[in-house]
Amino acid sequence: MLYAILCYHDEDVTGSWTREQDAAVMKKLAVVQDGLTKQGRLGPVARLLPTTSATTLRKGESPLVIDGPYAETKEQLLGFYVVDCANLDAALDVARDLGAANPGGAYEIRPVGVLNPGSLKP
Amino acid sequence: MTDSAWIDAALTSARPQAVGALLRYFRNLDTAEEAFQNACLRALKSWPENGPPRDPAGWLIMVGRNVAIDDIRRGRRQEPLPDDEAISDLDDAEERLAERLDGSHYRDDILRLLFICCHPDLPATQQIALALRIVSGLTVKQIARAFLVSEAAMEQRITRAKARVAEAEVPFETPGAVERSERLAAVAAMVYLIFNEGYSAGGDNADIRAPLCEEAIRLARLLLRLFQSEPEIMGLTALLLLQHARAAARFDADGALVLLDDQDRSLWSQKMIAEGLALIDKAMRHRDSGPYQLQAAIAALHARAARPEDTDWTQIDLLYGALEVMRPSPVVTLNRAVAVSKVRGPEAALAMIEPLEPRLSNYFHFFGVRGAFLMQLGRNDEARVAFDRAIALANTSAEAAHIRMHLDRLMRDSQPRGAKAGK
Repeated sequence: MLYAILCYHDEDVTGSWTREQDAAVMKKLAVVQDGLTKQGRLGPVARLLPTTSATTLRKGESPLVIDGPYAETKEQLLGFYVVDCANLDAALDVARDLGAANPGGAYEIRPVGVLNPGSLKP
Repeated sequence: MTDSAWIDAALTSARPQAVGALLRYFRNLDTAEEAFQNACLRALKSWPENGPPRDPAGWLIMVGRNVAIDDIRRGRRQEPLPDDEAISDLDDAEERLAERLDGSHYRDDILRLLFICCHPDLPATQQIALALRIVSGLTVKQIARAFLVSEAAMEQRITRAKARVAEAEVPFETPGAVERSERLAAVAAMVYLIFNEGYSAGGDNADIRAPLCEEAIRLARLLLRLFQSEPEIMGLTALLLLQHARAAARFDADGALVLLDDQDRSLWSQKMIAEGLALIDKAMRHRDSGPYQLQAAIAALHARAARPEDTDWTQIDLLYGALEVMRPSPVVTLNRAVAVSKVRGPEAALAMIEPLEPRLSNYFHFFGVRGAFLMQLGRNDEARVAFDRAIALANTSAEAAHIRMHLDRLMRDSQPRGAKAGK
């Protein structure tokens, strides 16, 4: 089963990290990702730009364009992973490893229904 | 990241909202600041043990307020200290407070706090120092270092600024729409000033002052999160990101200034450029142009050019033209002349800046630019005079060194060693 691991965190907090702190977190996360890549289990990974760069399209008769992210919440969706896991427990294990590398915030683990790998090269 | 680093980041990020709300309660900057400090001390004790609260800012406001009220009471009648339990048992209180702290309320709290720092009675340097101390929470030592003054001098500057603000009338009622937009414009200008303090630093102290640029970007993002549909705030944030993206390429190993044309563009931060371009893209959709958006659009054209020769100077000339109409200023015209020199040649550019001399007779960049145009025209003697004047007006050693390089080139070129094709 493929699981999407959605990364939520308070953007004010991640935005207060110094460049060094940010780099240190990314380095620790890379270790977890490398492990998954070696096992052939890691799909696309994305870190999203801050929600200040987001625009929302409200669907409807005449779709409405709104500045900012869809949900006004304390914690924002900042990125996601797609990982191949035997079951939910295995997916939670991956999320725990990621969480140990980057404390604070929350991960939402969602089984993936359809994944179109696309043709983008990073 | 360690526990303490996480807590530091959480306290820093909660600071504007918490101090802003405490200021609304106590209507006194010193009391609000002290209440926040006390709350932070308790957080450092409580959070590692009990885990972080769901809403750090709400927690800090509540605790800060309780402690300050206790202090005030204790000052009045000698009462024993309330036990810690009474304060740290916050679960219910946090819940209630969170309800009251609706979005619009804290938005105005933060805006008021920033607005107080850029009070028109304060000179620019005091505005910046006060904002960095109160809103960003930098220590006096850090700020003193960034401004290259002693800690005692900076302490005095901040104390003086606070006293001035305390005397001034600070409006605490919820601002109306017009007032809110006026405050926002004043605050945006201050954020831009903070950025410029960092950006205009010379190579020898660029590292010390780079944090000012980063802090300005953080404040701009904060404003943008509070006012998500303001195209000028998008423009401001984009402008700061696009300028700061070039930071690593702006000085060489010796700390000398490297001009845009000569910069190693592989050193530009593509991440910041991507965010800046995304923001200016968003802003343009509003079709409500402004000076920050125009400047960001100019910076975006530079950022988009993979090589200097790919730069769309015609478009830059047009954008500066629009900026001249919106914000007439000899400095804008001077910048436009650089674009004109690329599109129509140095002669046209020189003619454009000559009338500016009376107003820019003490401006380093005026003589640097004029010297460069004259040099391109082969009028080397006049170029040398302009460059000499520029050196005399240079603000940093990096600026002076940069002009000296031009002078050296002039010297070389004027040696009778066979004619050189004009470059």
